[in-house]
Amino acid sequence: MRPFQYTRAPSLTEASHLTAGEDTLAIAGGTNLLDLMKLQVETPGQLADINRLGFADIENTDDGGLRLGALATNTETAVHPRVRADYPVLSRAILAGATQQLRNKATNGGNLCQRTRCFYFTNIDQPCNKRKPGSGCGAIDGVAKLHAILGTSDQCIATYPGDMAVALSALGAEARISGDKGERNVPVRDFHCLPGDTPWIENVLEPGEVITGIALPAPVGGTQIYRKVRERSSYAFALVSVAAIIELTDGKFSRADLAFGGLAHKPWHDPRVGKCLLGQPPSDALFDKAADILLEDARGFGENDFKIPLARRTLHSVLAQATEGAA
Amino acid sequence: MTVHFKQDEPDNSNRLDGMKQGVLGEPLPRIEGLAKVTGTAPYAAEYPIENCAEGVLVTSTITRGKVTSIDRRSVLSMPGVIAVVDDEKMCTRAAQGTANEAPTQGPKQVCYWGQPIALVVAETFEQARDAAKHLKVEYREEDGAPLDPNAVEPEGQEDETVHQGDLAHAMAEAAHNVDVTYTTKGHASAAMEPHAAIAQWDGDKLTVHASLQMLNYNITELAEALDMEEENIRLVSRFVGGGFGSKLGISEEVVAAALAAKQIGRPVRVVQSRQQVFQTVMRRSETTQRLRLAADSDGKLTGFGHEALVSNLPGESFAEPVLQSSHFLYGGENRELMLKVARIHRMTAGSVRAPGEAVGMPTLEGAMDVLAEKVGIDPVELRLRNIPEQDPEEDLPFSSHKLADCLKQGAEAFGWDNGPRKPRRRREGEWWIGTGMASAARVHNIAEAKARVTLKADGTALVETDMTDIGTGTYTILAQIAGEMLGLDPKQVLVELGDTRHPRGPGSGGSWGAASIGSAVYVACKVIREELAKKVGISEEVLELSEGKTATGESLTDLLEGNDLAREGHYEPGDIEDDYTASGFGAFFAEVRVNHYTGETRVDRMLGAFGFGRVLNAKTARSQCIGGITWSIGVALTEALEFDPRDGHLVNCDLAEYHVPVHRDVPDIEAVLVEERDGAASPIQAKGIGELGMCGGAAAIANAIYNACGARLYDYPMTPDRVLAAMPD
Ligand SMILES: Cc1cc2nc3c(=O)[nH]c(=O)nc-3n(C[C@H](O)[C@H](O)[C@H](O)COP(=O)(O)OP(=O)(O)OC[C@H]3O[C@@H](n4cnc5c(N)ncnc54)[C@H](O)[C@@H]3O)c2cc1C
Ligand code: SF4
Repeated sequence: MRPFQYTRAPSLTEASHLTAGEDTLAIAGGTNLLDLMKLQVETPGQLADINRLGFADIENTDDGGLRLGALATNTETAVHPRVRADYPVLSRAILAGATQQLRNKATNGGNLCQRTRCFYFTNIDQPCNKRKPGSGCGAIDGVAKLHAILGTSDQCIATYPGDMAVALSALGAEARISGDKGERNVPVRDFHCLPGDTPWIENVLEPGEVITGIALPAPVGGTQIYRKVRERSSYAFALVSVAAIIELTDGKFSRADLAFGGLAHKPWHDPRVGKCLLGQPPSDALFDKAADILLEDARGFGENDFKIPLARRTLHSVLAQATEGAA
Repeated sequence: MTVHFKQDEPDNSNRLDGMKQGVLGEPLPRIEGLAKVTGTAPYAAEYPIENCAEGVLVTSTITRGKVTSIDRRSVLSMPGVIAVVDDEKMCTRAAQGTANEAPTQGPKQVCYWGQPIALVVAETFEQARDAAKHLKVEYREEDGAPLDPNAVEPEGQEDETVHQGDLAHAMAEAAHNVDVTYTTKGHASAAMEPHAAIAQWDGDKLTVHASLQMLNYNITELAEALDMEEENIRLVSRFVGGGFGSKLGISEEVVAAALAAKQIGRPVRVVQSRQQVFQTVMRRSETTQRLRLAADSDGKLTGFGHEALVSNLPGESFAEPVLQSSHFLYGGENRELMLKVARIHRMTAGSVRAPGEAVGMPTLEGAMDVLAEKVGIDPVELRLRNIPEQDPEEDLPFSSHKLADCLKQGAEAFGWDNGPRKPRRRREGEWWIGTGMASAARVHNIAEAKARVTLKADGTALVETDMTDIGTGTYTILAQIAGEMLGLDPKQVLVELGDTRHPRGPGSGGSWGAASIGSAVYVACKVIREELAKKVGISEEVLELSEGKTATGESLTDLLEGNDLAREGHYEPGDIEDDYTASGFGAFFAEVRVNHYTGETRVDRMLGAFGFGRVLNAKTARSQCIGGITWSIGVALTEALEFDPRDGHLVNCDLAEYHVPVHRDVPDIEAVLVEERDGAASPIQAKGIGELGMCGGAAAIANAIYNACGARLYDYPMTPDRVLAAMPD
């Protein structure tokens, strides 16, 4: 760990000011950042502690939705009565992640910004374009079982590892962001970036911008499922995950909001997948068609080839479960 | 006064059963349990030692070659940095278990990626860690180090080779035969407490607090590494936060701490980071194994073949002893066994809990399941039919044999259905449900051991030995043995372990700890009893002691007349080892569910029945069994070391990415302890138990996967990707 200056940001403006500096990172729960600092993957000269800035509440919004403070913990969010009642896919996604101890400390803002678990990214003695631009990608031709099959580039094949943001993408939530140029809202679906030629850019935050909250739309109902496939039953990242909000009217899909984890550098939301289901009665053939669209451009890198059939089967399972009795 | 007892004959007197205190075998809680769970039991790195500097190992970033220069100036000006140590005596690997000599030294010669090459010492741990990452090192790299065990010409291990009869012929003639090849991936011990040491010099005397399993060997290894006399070294390991083989031999941090403390004239602490523990200590080798079984129409084996390929670094003597139990578990007169070692430049391979059987038994027991299906008989019945009368390779009887009892009692307790076993008979929602079973076997090991027992004038007792308690319950069982023999409540027995000032024990490893050191304590207590009997005027055989009194009411304090009575027991295994084949046996039963869509496998319940000699403490014994079964789940489903194909470095080197089973993976586990007295095993009729619980358990799960969903897998661990690839439509 490189020695660093610790500053408690006294106000949001000051937090923006501090984190606008090249050498400063915001720290919330610290569950991701501190681990990476110990490994010298992150080497900020200064940490700006944002924990006392106040946006830790979970509040109703005027449009009937819910606003999750960026500093509310994952646990507080997952057990919140309204989250459980109106956004079960979110509660389940959060509870499928990490461990109770980590979730007690992890914040919603930090969760959105968590970094990849790529083995070569976390080992500073290995090449990684994301950590050290131009050094090469260790994972391509290396151990890449966890890696992406969609939206990869020849620079980077890492995944965004989180669960919560996958559910947020399915729900159509928005991140509220504050910076020196003011406030803006960004749909979670557009918050993370694909690696392209700049794999070190993972999301749309500009220097000095801080996430203050996440806005959930008014409840949409439907059958909500978060399905996470992993190598052990807890404390493992997703091989593939599916967040689904499904509604049938007269035996036909009237809502199908789907997002996927473990497949790409961002929670994967392809509107065409849900759209192909709408107006159709559930059937195996239809589920296959949805999977075909999802995986049209999928490409494996050897060890992670299995994710292609696994994503297909998991989508199949989720759709079958959501429409049980109707098919 | 030392009393030496060498066991050349079985001891079936079962003297302990005649003792009157009635504490042996009782499920007493661990003596040190409260101290551990309240955080007051000091582990190696936690001793408050004044003026202690902090050292952090620097590890290589090449696979093979030479360190040509280390630029000390690159870090000496950093805040708090005191020294850079790159002494030629530093070790580049840990010593193998029971090596009794220094491990490979000379950190300039690099043999694997991540090898320790230097130590940076600073005032604080954070300063040392930062500086260690900044140390500028130059190398002359040697390209082309072999990394793939399947791409090199392996070395044969002659002493493991068996050619008996004509297996090829037996296979050709057999009514049923099986010829399958399995693979297993490497495993890590992943003990909770990282490897750590604090070294302190007083003139030419060295004291090291370290986390080690076998002080009796470690002191010799350290003395040789430092080129000094054992008399001048004291090693202390009072509490060890798990070892599982990874702390059998001294490791790099112990030697580095000692050298650094000497160099700077201050105590030095070195704690390996979690990543370093994974990358520098010991891996269980990956294996490739071919199993051949030839059977007659009743399923009786006529031929048995087991060939294994394992790997290690050039020059390392250890070869994962995959065939250990295959030599005697089942009959079959035509036999072909062979072990080969590929020399590759991955980190050192060495002992990880149940070396050999942990990966050898799951493949053998998987193949047996395939055979049972071909023969068309119940897999329990197949095992029963193939239990040999005597060792099938050597003309030796078994010292005792509980496999049949374990199979029957286990099947009964589990509710094993011995009806027809077709896959895919039960489905709940997305989940296929099935059952499987496997035999367990683990060779019995025993070692020389010494312990001093002092019956104090005040009627309490003291047991002293350098034996360690690595979390297994040694403190407690020794208090129980001494308490039983001397007629004392175990609370009246103080047990002092883990200090080389005490008599040399056997160390914790190879599951031999309890039987070996327990025997030394037994021998010492027996002589103390003889002394007491003399005072009473009767023979030791009829002396009854309980609650600090004789049967006639004389108290120990009166008999001792104000004097302590101390005896050192020295137990030595004798010729008996050549007269019998001795082993623990058992049986595993598992019920699993396999998800049809995702290939995820979850164990619903598991039961093991084990016969391992005398049960010294039913609670600590059960803990070992269920711990072993938990490891079986890891072997079957989740644990795998992954190495980079280009430089051989271990990539998944922390507990987030190396998947040991977590609580949710560990279901309802039951252990049935099958009572046994094995007089040839030890004077206390006890055998090893620490490893038996994982010797074959993975196959019960693998066989249950097949029974559940019809996917027959030959590669461990059976992760979702692999299950899916084998899943029938
Ligand atoms: C062993 C382990 C297993 C895990 N398993 C899972 C899992 O299965 N699924 C899953 O989803 N997650 C998992 N996690 C990740 C965990 O959810 C994240 O570490 C956590 O959510 C991060 O939140 P934090 O508040 O601790 O962030 P921090 O560590 O404090 O910060 C993380 C990053 O976000 C930035 N940041 C924090 N808050 C803000 C803000 N408000 N605005 C802008 N930037 C900000 C920081 O600068 C930093 O770069 C796991 C973590 C660990 C250590
Ligand atoms: S996949 Fe991305 S994060 Fe991983 S090594 Fe390649 S560039 Fe780095």
